[in-house]
Amino acid sequence: MATELKMPALSPTMEEGTLAKWLVKEGDSVKSGDILAEIETDKATMEFEAVDEGIVTSIIVAEGSDNVKVGTVIAMIASEDEDAAPAPAPAPAPAVVTNVAEPFVVAEVAKPVAVQKAAPAPAVPAGTEMITLTLREALRDAMAEEMRADDRVFVMGEEVAEYQGAYKVTQGLLDEFGPRRVIDTPITEYGFAGIGTGAAMGGLRPVIEFMTFNFAMQAIDHIINSAAKTNYMSGGQMRCPIVFRGPNGAAARVGAQHSQNYAPWYASVPGLIVICPYDAADAKGLLKAAIRCEDPVVFLENELLYGRNFEVPNVDDYVLPIGKARVMREGSDLTIVSYSIGVGLALEAAETLAGEGVDVEVIDLRTIRPLDKAAVLSSLKKTNRLIIAEEGWPVCSIGSEIAAICMEEGFDDLDAPVLRITNEDVPMPYAANLERATLINADKIVAGARKLLGFN
Amino acid sequence: MAKSPAKKTSKSASASGDAVANRERPATPVPYEATKDELLKFYRDMLLIRRFEEKAGQLYGLGLIGGFCHLYIGQEAVAIGLQSALTPGKDSVITGYRDHGHMLAYGIDPNVIMAELTGRAAGISRGKGGSMHMFSTSHKFYGGHGIVGAQVSLGAGLAFGHKYSGDGGLCLAYFGDGASNQGQVYESFNMAELWKLPIIFVIENNQYAMGTSVNRASAEDQLYRRGESFRIPGIQVDGMDVLAVRGAAEVAIDWVRSGKGPVLLEMKTYRYRGHSMSDPAKYRSRDEVQAVREKSDPIDGAKDDLLKMGVTEDALKVIEKEIRAVVNASAEFAEQAPEPDLAELYTDVLVETY
Repeated sequence: MATELKMPALSPTMEEGTLAKWLVKEGDSVKSGDILAEIETDKATMEFEAVDEGIVTSIIVAEGSDNVKVGTVIAMIASEDEDAAPAPAPAPAPAVVTNVAEPFVVAEVAKPVAVQKAAPAPAVPAGTEMITLTLREALRDAMAEEMRADDRVFVMGEEVAEYQGAYKVTQGLLDEFGPRRVIDTPITEYGFAGIGTGAAMGGLRPVIEFMTFNFAMQAIDHIINSAAKTNYMSGGQMRCPIVFRGPNGAAARVGAQHSQNYAPWYASVPGLIVICPYDAADAKGLLKAAIRCEDPVVFLENELLYGRNFEVPNVDDYVLPIGKARVMREGSDLTIVSYSIGVGLALEAAETLAGEGVDVEVIDLRTIRPLDKAAVLSSLKKTNRLIIAEEGWPVCSIGSEIAAICMEEGFDDLDAPVLRITNEDVPMPYAANLERATLINADKIVAGARKLLGFN
Repeated sequence: MAKSPAKKTSKSASASGDAVANRERPATPVPYEATKDELLKFYRDMLLIRRFEEKAGQLYGLGLIGGFCHLYIGQEAVAIGLQSALTPGKDSVITGYRDHGHMLAYGIDPNVIMAELTGRAAGISRGKGGSMHMFSTSHKFYGGHGIVGAQVSLGAGLAFGHKYSGDGGLCLAYFGDGASNQGQVYESFNMAELWKLPIIFVIENNQYAMGTSVNRASAEDQLYRRGESFRIPGIQVDGMDVLAVRGAAEVAIDWVRSGKGPVLLEMKTYRYRGHSMSDPAKYRSRDEVQAVREKSDPIDGAKDDLLKMGVTEDALKVIEKEIRAVVNASAEFAEQAPEPDLAELYTDVLVETY
């Protein structure tokens, strides 16, 4: 019986990919485990294996084809003792995917949120040419530009060099800067975070990549006790200009130990700068600022945004100020404050609410410590209602902090209680439905807004 | 206690097929042949640490020094023997919280160290660091770290910096027998050898991690062997003999400067006082402490050598008197100096303004 081979998904949210290469041709016999083809996305190459024995009867999608939708039939395999009867029904997924290029299953880009009537960042003059970059490209460009400008800057972490980055954020850096400045480490976060911190104390400008911030828990002692406190403990004598960066927050379907937002943890520590960019322009401008900064910076990226396209100003040396929030969308009825991936959800919610006649202002905090209180309070003054949308736990969250600030310093501007819309207060479950139920989404923000506005 | 430098023939080395035996190793150290003037300097520097620490103990008892205060009494030969061999302005040093001696060994003004202990604005960390958190970047002394073992990774980072910038310097990273059981020490050993970082790891084995003796905490209690599985050669040294320490420093520095990567020195030493001022030291007998003081005291040892070299008792008494004057002046200074202005509370949290 003939079996259809379909374009496999590299991750639950991947929609299409490139059929890079066929390793078999029509008429070949294959057996279970043979590699049939190589499939590429923008961040990984994977090998596509046969699960059953048979003969490749036809190759339907030629190698080199781009944008092949997941589920497209790309070849047919017939079993060797086939009686030539046509397949009566679509066969079940015939192949398994061996993911060779990524440490985890990585969620692909979700549907990009349309670029809003965004207030451009203040540094960009009107008429500036914009280019489209993925978040990961913007981060890479920021590091590369700073490395070109300053020999003290180096990148260190697991798989940052020869592998080109576990999430391909450091792609190409080894080629340009060589192994002196792009350094693969053993899997020893505590040790290399300490080495980076010591190098910063000695006058270098390390960029330490954690494969994810979940693993930085192994190294948190150096981030807090060694890096954050040094300048104070030494009475201003010993600085620690270091950037700790990597993906933070929930990824897709990786369970509790790989899905956590550490922004509130680091944001509680005096002596640290904590930056959580949402879009590629901010990621670039703020990472460049972080690398130049004399203070230790925790730079929290989001894996689910790495592949998303954004507009980035095409200017030399695009650097943004640390500690400044950004009005992503102006509105008068309600403020939604967010950061990182939550900003996209807040914009989506704002669009929905606009359809209901609600004019929403969306604030992207961008820097979590120091927090731009003035931006939050001035928006509250205008709208008198405020929601914090946060991809993270509710307890002792950035939302809790914003709520306290609004109470202490904006009480007279409040027409309703400040509302936190966050993930559920549980470790991240694996099951798809439970994970969906746990995570914040635009609908939950919309529901919160309706409640706050007294809609039923 | 205070053994002569151990022979480096490992008991486990077999005659054939033993990779360790086939690997190049540093030369066996010999005691440094100091001139009379050099030894006088060592004596003076060790005595300064001893008297300074005794005074710090007194000030603690008077309530002028707060919190934790870890005294270096008994271990003076280690810092003096090692740091006297470094190149000032080029090599870096980092240590844990028992750090007063290492700063004094650099010739840093005792006044600003003592004033830091009393928490005054004139302290080297402007009163914000205290006993455990003192730094002098102009001397390339990078602290002063309160988390056991953290300075080992940080020191590897300093060594990384020396190699990265090609400045020819090396890092001397001190840690204790207690810290030698911390996981990050081994992560750092691995990367330091892998990348041939210019670093001398120094275990100041004073026999007790707080109240736990080495034997009760360490499966391999010959701590100089702790780097061997990372191919870091280890040397055990009599840390109560300043000339033995200096001799070992010469060998270690030669090894590291020639690009052969890290080396590990285990300094067998002893602290006479408790772990910190609040430690009654019930875990060992007075006789044990007394025996070390009588037989192996580093300052007495240097004194004997000086007398043999023809230095008179009177000359040594003059030194003693000068040191006491310096230490008393530092205590006076530290007591009189004003506390930090309250306006300093929020300074130095961050370098830049955002």
